[in-house]
Amino acid sequence: MLEKLDILLVGVGGQGTILASKILVNAAAAAGYDIKMSEIHGMAQRGGSVVTHVRLGSAVSSPMVEEGRTDIILAFEQLEGLRWLNYLKPGGSMILSSQVIYPVPVLAGLAAYPENIPGYIAARVPDTLVIDALQAALQCGNAKAANVVLVGALAARLPLERALWEQALKETVPPRLLEVNLAAFAAGYEYRKS
Amino acid sequence: MTRKMMTGNEAIARGAYEYGVRLGAGYPGTPSTEILENFARYPGIYAEWAPNEKVALEVAIGAAMAGARALVTMKHVGVNVAADPLLTLAYTGVNGGLVLVAADDPGMHSSQNEQDTRHYARLAKVPVLEPSDSQEAKDMVGLALEISERFDIPVILRTTTRVAHSQSFVQVGQRQEVPLRPYQKDVQKWLMVPAFGRLRRQALEQRLSALREYAESAPVNKIFPGEGKIGVITSGISFQYVRELLPGASILKLGLTYPLPEQLIKKFAAGVDRLLVVEEQEPFLEDHLKQWGIPCAGKAIFPAMGEFSTALLRRCLQQAGILPAAAAEGAPDLSDMPAAPVRPPVLCAGCPHRGVFYLLNKMKLLVTGDIGCYTLGGLPPLSGIDSCVCMGASIGMAHGIGQVAPELGRRTVAVIGDSTFMHSGLTGLLNVVYNRGSSVVLILDNSTTAMTGHQDHPATGRTLLGQEAPAVDMVALVRALGVPHVVTVDPLDLKAMQQALEEALAADGPAVIIARRPCVLLRKLPPNPVAVDEDKCTGCKTCLKLSCPALSVVDKKCRVDSIACVGCNLCVQVCKFAALQAAQRGETNA
Repeated sequence: MLEKLDILLVGVGGQGTILASKILVNAAAAAGYDIKMSEIHGMAQRGGSVVTHVRLGSAVSSPMVEEGRTDIILAFEQLEGLRWLNYLKPGGSMILSSQVIYPVPVLAGLAAYPENIPGYIAARVPDTLVIDALQAALQCGNAKAANVVLVGALAARLPLERALWEQALKETVPPRLLEVNLAAFAAGYEYRKS
Repeated sequence: MTRKMMTGNEAIARGAYEYGVRLGAGYPGTPSTEILENFARYPGIYAEWAPNEKVALEVAIGAAMAGARALVTMKHVGVNVAADPLLTLAYTGVNGGLVLVAADDPGMHSSQNEQDTRHYARLAKVPVLEPSDSQEAKDMVGLALEISERFDIPVILRTTTRVAHSQSFVQVGQRQEVPLRPYQKDVQKWLMVPAFGRLRRQALEQRLSALREYAESAPVNKIFPGEGKIGVITSGISFQYVRELLPGASILKLGLTYPLPEQLIKKFAAGVDRLLVVEEQEPFLEDHLKQWGIPCAGKAIFPAMGEFSTALLRRCLQQAGILPAAAAEGAPDLSDMPAAPVRPPVLCAGCPHRGVFYLLNKMKLLVTGDIGCYTLGGLPPLSGIDSCVCMGASIGMAHGIGQVAPELGRRTVAVIGDSTFMHSGLTGLLNVVYNRGSSVVLILDNSTTAMTGHQDHPATGRTLLGQEAPAVDMVALVRALGVPHVVTVDPLDLKAMQQALEEALAADGPAVIIARRPCVLLRKLPPNPVAVDEDKCTGCKTCLKLSCPALSVVDKKCRVDSIACVGCNLCVQVCKFAALQAAQRGETNA
């Protein structure tokens, strides 16, 4: 069992970061970990920047992951990956979806969306995995399963049995969407090996 | 017993259920809202949304008087509204246990101010419990009820955003049915006329004195022994940060923070070399310690503003020389990081409030605003609101402006939502009528309490338990308050909306416009995008002034996000070149 693992899931409201966090929590709970999880409600919900902190360990105190000490960031959108980059610890891992969602100030022409975010991150974080999760999810039959593709990629790096993840998926997604989500999970899980 | 991940709010609801609470009442407010929503789902209980926190507490007092265990929930600013009955409730005491959950919001994630509810506990002279995680949140509901009944006093359970909304494991148990405690007429206890009030004032001191004694051995005031060099006194979420940052420190964790265990604190302080007080928000514990002459450091090291975090406390401890300074540890250089544009919250695509703020800005009116989603209408580019103070303040402020500066008053509009109007707009409007004001009040009626996630209120026709209820007739209600000029308009019809505003501003005496259309998230409409005629579009960007998340201008042509757009057609009305073509709104045009 890992002594401590701090994960940040970052994205845009509506992308399914909370659901992804639930799958992670369920899998880790089945493995016997102590877990704390924190999210922000309220005005951030509508199209805003969303972050969920998940901490696993033998005993966890604070429900929040600390800046500069995060083991893994799972980013559901490029800009959000960049925004939270300073939370990563030296030698930490970034799993980045290549999806782009423009914030309203960018749509209104009041701000610019930075160029080549994956390149910037990869140059500073050697262990960066960039995934076209949206495309992978589409191939599995549902664009909305992009979040589970990313969960699959995360699962491939954690010392939790694959069966626990698949069981957690069954507990979390509606039965009619299970097949698509299992395929999306597998796509993410294998991604790293290709 | 099974182990379940729960937020602090879910755990409080579970606690209320397990410890036999029969009635829960409150008004929604982040971060407290989910407590009642979860409590309402349990069988065999009664729960309600009251129009405001004062009423909610009064309902709970009635239930407690009748011998039932009762729970009332609100956010920190709601305690201001409930303060009137609360301070006298401390005198009367209870019969069945009564717990007031107050959820503070350090850092103002979704609030207009920061306030530390522990000061209210001291002001009202009632005990306050502070949980540090979800398990404690559940357990402390039970303890609060016990204390309430044993010492004949209401108890405040104070949470903060981080406890309310973070999740950790909770042991889930069975409901324990608690029989009603018999009611006996006792006017000296319940009828607070001055002669009886004076008696209860003395009784309150005696009860507090007994509580002080209880605090010395209360199970929630607990010492975690360490090496003894550094001692920390802490409460709430700060305990978790301290335990992580200073594993070797001796910690006195206070679960009951009013009244405080003076002897226990003195004994703990004497056993350590250096004493720190780590508490979010106000120096509440620290002030007590200093008053008792105990040397300690609190706000000299840790801030009194904003939310704490492990990172923040780590920096504070490093600056104070208690933790070694951070080594660089080969962190990547991010100094050349490109600016990450902010992703501010925004009114939803199709939000019925959007056009109203576009007009208010365009007409250059002074707009006194209120608390709700529509407060977002004050942000650029809509910039349609000038002020936001507290629930219900919009109407009183507009009246005040009109009374001292009539010219300014004639171009002032008070904007308030339907739920907020039910909460505390009614008395403000009554005041305008009574004092011969001529304010214009715009009620943005989207048929719900949208900001906190669609809770019902007296005008929606449904209760928290899902039963149908008589829905207030807003027009008749406003007329009954004595307002002569009342009109209802569809806020998605900009021309009609502007005409209604002009007529109301020109009217003699008070005027109310009810801009009525349900929240776009209440009735999920299928995507129904507006079409762009690229030959006519000049790329003038006028449509972007609506701040709609579905609109952008790319290569000098308007682009409509076909998934986000619900076809509200506001942009069609704003476009001067007829480049945007109306979507057929099946549901609304029918």
